[in-house]
Amino acid sequence: MGLLSTLIWLPILGGAVVLAVGDRDSRPDRWLALLFSLGTFALSLALYTDFDFATPGMQFIERAAWIPQFNIQYFLGVDGISTPLILLTTFLTPMIIVAGWTVIKKRPAQYMAAFLILEGLMIGVFAALDAMLFYVFWEAMLLPMFIIIGIWGGERRIYATLKFFLYTFLGSVLMLVALIYMYLESGSFSILRFQEMPLGLNEQIWIFIAFLIAFAVKVPMWPVHTWLPDAHVEAPTGGSVILAAVLLKMGGYGFIRFSLPITPDASASLDGLMIALSLIAIVYIGFVALVQQDMKKLIAYSSIAHMGFVTLGFFVAWAILRNGGSQDTAAGITLGITGGMVQMISHGLISGALFLCVGVMYDRMHSRQIADYGGVINVMPKFAALMVFFALANAGLPGTSGFVGEFFVILASYQASFWYAFLAATTLILGAAYTLWMVKRVIFGDIVNDNVKTLSDMNGREGFLLVILALSVLALGVYPAPLVDMMTPAIENLISHITQSKL
Amino acid sequence: MGFVAPELGPALAEIVLATGICVVMLADLFLSQRLRGVTLLLSLATLTVAAWFAGAVDGTTLTFSGSYIADPLAKILKMFTLLIVGVVFVYSNAYLRERNLLKGEYYLLGLFATLGMLVMISAHNLITMYLGLELMSLALYAMVAFDRDSPVAAESAMKYFVLGAIASGVLLYGMSLLYGITGSLQLDEIAAALAAGDTQRPAVLLATTFVLVGVAFKFGAVPFHNWVPDVYHGAPTSVTLFIGTAPKLAAFAMLTRLLHTGLGPEALAWQPMLTTLAVLSLVLGNVVAIAQTNIKRMLAYSTIAHVGFILLGFAAGTAEGRQAALFYTIIYSIMAAGAFGIVILMSRRGFESDELDDFRGLNQRSPWFAAMMLLVMVSMIGIPPFAGFFAKLNVLAAMVGANQTGLAVIAVLFSVIGAFYYLRVIRLMYFDEPVERTPLVAGMDVRLLLSVNALGVLLLGLFANPLLKLCAVAIG
Repeated sequence: MGLLSTLIWLPILGGAVVLAVGDRDSRPDRWLALLFSLGTFALSLALYTDFDFATPGMQFIERAAWIPQFNIQYFLGVDGISTPLILLTTFLTPMIIVAGWTVIKKRPAQYMAAFLILEGLMIGVFAALDAMLFYVFWEAMLLPMFIIIGIWGGERRIYATLKFFLYTFLGSVLMLVALIYMYLESGSFSILRFQEMPLGLNEQIWIFIAFLIAFAVKVPMWPVHTWLPDAHVEAPTGGSVILAAVLLKMGGYGFIRFSLPITPDASASLDGLMIALSLIAIVYIGFVALVQQDMKKLIAYSSIAHMGFVTLGFFVAWAILRNGGSQDTAAGITLGITGGMVQMISHGLISGALFLCVGVMYDRMHSRQIADYGGVINVMPKFAALMVFFALANAGLPGTSGFVGEFFVILASYQASFWYAFLAATTLILGAAYTLWMVKRVIFGDIVNDNVKTLSDMNGREGFLLVILALSVLALGVYPAPLVDMMTPAIENLISHITQSKL
Repeated sequence: MGFVAPELGPALAEIVLATGICVVMLADLFLSQRLRGVTLLLSLATLTVAAWFAGAVDGTTLTFSGSYIADPLAKILKMFTLLIVGVVFVYSNAYLRERNLLKGEYYLLGLFATLGMLVMISAHNLITMYLGLELMSLALYAMVAFDRDSPVAAESAMKYFVLGAIASGVLLYGMSLLYGITGSLQLDEIAAALAAGDTQRPAVLLATTFVLVGVAFKFGAVPFHNWVPDVYHGAPTSVTLFIGTAPKLAAFAMLTRLLHTGLGPEALAWQPMLTTLAVLSLVLGNVVAIAQTNIKRMLAYSTIAHVGFILLGFAAGTAEGRQAALFYTIIYSIMAAGAFGIVILMSRRGFESDELDDFRGLNQRSPWFAAMMLLVMVSMIGIPPFAGFFAKLNVLAAMVGANQTGLAVIAVLFSVIGAFYYLRVIRLMYFDEPVERTPLVAGMDVRLLLSVNALGVLLLGLFANPLLKLCAVAIG
């Protein structure tokens, strides 16, 4: 069995084992879950150490016939675009297991198992090179997430989880029809084959729209974002972390793996729409975030705004191309797409950390309302320091990873149009405003609520998780080169696809 | 034309079954109530031997003067019919015993219905088809009324009988028209006469329509679906289980034999009609299922929606479409057996647990059975990698391949709507607190079989290829 197969199936097997062991007093479920997730993480490091930084193509390829009737293959492989996302997944899952260690009282074994199975499926999404295999993982993932939000969520969890499921399901079924169409045209479900196949503009536009609905819901882009605040608010801490850190990235990954290279001409003709939607997400949702009373909701809206940068970075490519002429064109496109990718990874870490921070406070106070807090720094100084750090990273402070992606994307969009860059740059103000205002109201000031007085600072487990995340955010912010080096060949390969018309 | 002794070999499955029925009937007379289990064992043995003979047939043979056909399609349909009937018998046993309904007649009627289905599956002549259909239907009417003290069951049986009789009449009228137009009862000769083209168009259209109505009724396609929810709801759950599973396979045989083999040259006439029925079924089934509070009624409407998918595949008019419809029918009957199996398990002595609310908190009462129901429900939604997804994929691929992408989009949109009511079952089982805490009780046999059934839905999805291949061979 190849490395990627192991990474996919080990956690799923682990989930089955944890389910079979069930809840016991000695908590074997948690230790087993931790063991499996750490094992997966350790194995996934080989993806980095054995990675060939020079090849633009796919690596760690595994290929076998799965359903020959439809020429569906068990076809796995990764490049510089998917590897970081897989590493992000394997890195965060053990943290979620640890974060839920004592907090989850209700059926913990099922909780741990759901996250392990989810991990395997998410890795599958990033590693699949057969479109149907991709779709299988993509859809199967809905189920554990549905259950995670539904069982361990907040008060309105059932509404939120049904909305989450139906929104994403609706988005993806149309993609299924598009995939079938391309299979019938090309005789294969291979994504690489899809990228090569010729398609007329009309076909491309329909396929692009089908993909757009699927991925826009997942990202989520305005105006199909409304499920996200609900799902985030109601999900348990671990669910919010995985949702923000990995699930949203699948939309971005979908654009970069499917929409851009498979339908380049449709992307070129609809890029105005995409840029407009991205800018609305950045600016309008930024304002929406400003008025939130609920911390989780605020972070959820901030996620939507930050994901707007990802789609902006991807889709300014054509505007840059049209402005073209200068030798900077290719560099500008690379910058935009690299920025989008870095932003995805960085947002995964930062928003995950922020949700963990809210989780730390929620576990003590059982409230997510900003108004219930104030002066937390007086009783939880260590925690407050970390939370302020993540808030600053979220606002894009230079030196943190949040700055790198946003900066790249703004630079790239400046090549497309001054106004794109101008609007995108408003996030530097808006992001700072909503994040820091929340921090001001929650962390600083005097203690007004008596409950806050009784808060105890974070324990070793919580501190450990947050410190690790803080270090990664810092490392990526100061020295993003390893990440960028890993992506560059794959992104250049992608650009060769998207700049070549299929007509 | 001299008398030619028919070749009996290809029909051994039916012959064994008919013999077995006589043995079971006689044996059951002399068994005390305590030993009623022997009837079940004898029935299962009969089914097994019949399945063995059904599976031993190779190639395509026409016999009984061309009125009976044994071909790969018949083989696969018969094997699955016999298998599913066996599973249904095992599931039903405890339910019947607890309600003092455990009489030999249940198995006898079931076996008679099965014989009817086998005859339908192998029919190559209008009369054979009608004979099989009536044998099956009459046994089913009686089964619905099996709980004779239940007014609801009696009402359902009456409804089923009256509507079924009308549908049979309509079908028979269509058949008689066909005979009048073509001068033959045999399906391939009818097709040849129709293809020759020297027929009266209005009469052919009328005949086609009538035959189609008869088939649509047996499937329960909208607008001939009214009996489905009432019968599913009113019949004892063990009978609902029976009606909801194996007869769908026979109905598929009827669809293929009559519309494809017989009326194949008229495809352009029936395709639009069938497509319309299919879309209506998808819409009505999925939308009305949402409003149900009773799981049996909900599953009845879900059946209607699934039938929509099956008919859409068939109406694509291509071999891929028929393959997809066959695959879907088989997968559906397996999923339905699992779903009704759980419903049967939920109900106990003197208490029918067939309200959706009875599923509340099942995950805390019996996590294993909840997980099994979860698998079946998810498969019915069409989430990969479960078998239900590949059934839908197959149909969608056939539709897109037949340039019906627009219809494919409609079909997937309605399956999203359908997802809601299946999710509600999962929600009740997993997210709600149980009203009572007693775990479900079930014998080892049912436990095991139900687990195999539900896990089979997963395995048939992960390893869909063998069955897909079988279906491809069967349709040719």
